[in-house]
Amino acid sequence: MALSTEVVKKDFPILDHQTHGKRLVYLDSAASSQKPSAVLDAMQHYYETTHANVHRGVYGIAEEATRLYEQARGKCARFIGAPSERGIVFTKNVTEAMNLVAHSWGRANLAAGDAILLTEIEHHANLVPWLMLKEERGIELRFIPMAEDYSLDLTDLDRLIDGVKLVSVTAMSNVLGTLPPLRRLADAAHAAGALFMVDGAQYVPHLPTDVAELGCDFFGFTGHKMLGPTGIGVLWAREELLEAMPAFLGGGEMIRDVRLDGWTPNEIPWKFEAGTPPIAEAVGLGAAIDYLGGLGMDAVREHEVALTAYALRTLTERYGDGISIYGPSEPAQRGGVVSFNYKDVHPHDLSQVLDEAGVCVRAGHHCAKPLMRRLGVGATARASFYVYNDEADVDALADALAEADRLFTF
Amino acid sequence: MPGLEDLYREIILDHYRNPRNRGELPTPPARRVEGFNPLCGDEIVVYLDLEDGRVSDMRIDGQGCSISQSSASMMSAAVKGKTVAEARQLIRAFKAMMSIHESRLDGEDGEATAPDPEVKLGDLEALQGVVKFPVRIKCATLSWNTLQQGLDEAAATA
Repeated sequence: MALSTEVVKKDFPILDHQTHGKRLVYLDSAASSQKPSAVLDAMQHYYETTHANVHRGVYGIAEEATRLYEQARGKCARFIGAPSERGIVFTKNVTEAMNLVAHSWGRANLAAGDAILLTEIEHHANLVPWLMLKEERGIELRFIPMAEDYSLDLTDLDRLIDGVKLVSVTAMSNVLGTLPPLRRLADAAHAAGALFMVDGAQYVPHLPTDVAELGCDFFGFTGHKMLGPTGIGVLWAREELLEAMPAFLGGGEMIRDVRLDGWTPNEIPWKFEAGTPPIAEAVGLGAAIDYLGGLGMDAVREHEVALTAYALRTLTERYGDGISIYGPSEPAQRGGVVSFNYKDVHPHDLSQVLDEAGVCVRAGHHCAKPLMRRLGVGATARASFYVYNDEADVDALADALAEADRLFTF
Repeated sequence: MPGLEDLYREIILDHYRNPRNRGELPTPPARRVEGFNPLCGDEIVVYLDLEDGRVSDMRIDGQGCSISQSSASMMSAAVKGKTVAEARQLIRAFKAMMSIHESRLDGEDGEATAPDPEVKLGDLEALQGVVKFPVRIKCATLSWNTLQQGLDEAAATA
């Protein structure tokens, strides 16, 4: 069933609020999405009726809190097509998920001279952990370049992938909307004897996801970009990889036994969840998954392709050469993020002008500085769409851009 | 609610359109200092010629928004030709206008870092409106922090 934004908007209390006396036009969901009442209510209800620490108390509400926390793990597993919930590790966000792999798997498996393959279009979350490991261990980082049409240039893939131990790529560029060919890269990685890791931060909220079908070994995503709360993310990994990996952070929950002269790790996935976890956040993430499931991820994707097509068409028709859009031109082959520069107006100034009209867009380097250098720009403005956005939001953006002319066209 | 007119004053847009002292200086003898705003990616490069305790020449390079670029342009116009001591006074006065009052946890800040009320900011006062837009304060202060870093480095190696 097609998604009705008229109905969906009513589920998001923040969209009733005004900013600068104007309707809130929220076009920054790629940075963080808004939350439906279902998520807010689930977390409020949990705190009001159930809260206790998990995996510790033997009293009623502690057992119920544990049940809800573990139920959320199951929802995450089913939502991404994971074969079992034992591969679902709750983290703080996708950045922590990537760092967990770099610290634990990376330090156990990568030595000086070992190579891993990344891409030029990665978010800092899939760059800096590896740059840190490069400094510490002397590993070699290789990069799949970006092609002129903003896809990945796979011309030299055979040479680049030869001998690497890990291929780690974004499932969707947070700047360009580019959707790399994951299955093809997974097959190439496995043929080269490498593991395949995916940063799914921008993908899971917007497209039906099946980690088994995509051929992933490691897969990270984050709650707050998919209608859930901040403070919770997920690392999914194949169970045998998690079993073999050393623990990451040490403390409560992640141990089976502790003596004064040593310790024994807990079973997976708890081996990687030190300390009291984000319990209410897990409940909220579970509610977000239920909400998205109710909409249907095929319908979500269909809605965003149509809206992205409308945005690309509207902006190009109205501003022609005055607007530079960075990303694939075919809406069905990209995600719903539209990065652009408008005339000579710096994105920071543009964002300030749009804010006056109630339009929220991101301006800056989007935590992808190497990609900005590759694009030859210091920054871009970025409008990104989600389930609650409609054509009126795109029109508001297009109208507000004209206001920038008044101040900045010389 | 502050409006865009508070932020984008005409003199600011003028310095953005026609930046003063734009370019580079040969290094050495000039000192080159880079400043980054990690939030938005703005980059400022300040070239300083220091002679006999005076900023004898200065150039600004880099890229950024109207606030960071105009602030750098106005700074260069205000600081060029001044003594290092006067330049430091201007830095303190400008930061004070941006509501940045430097103090040390050991309580020994005292007179040394308080701005001199006699220091006149002139055109730079147009940037006062930035204070009403807190995320933009870092844009306005980027070049000033970069200049301060350059003066500190020069003092340390003198």
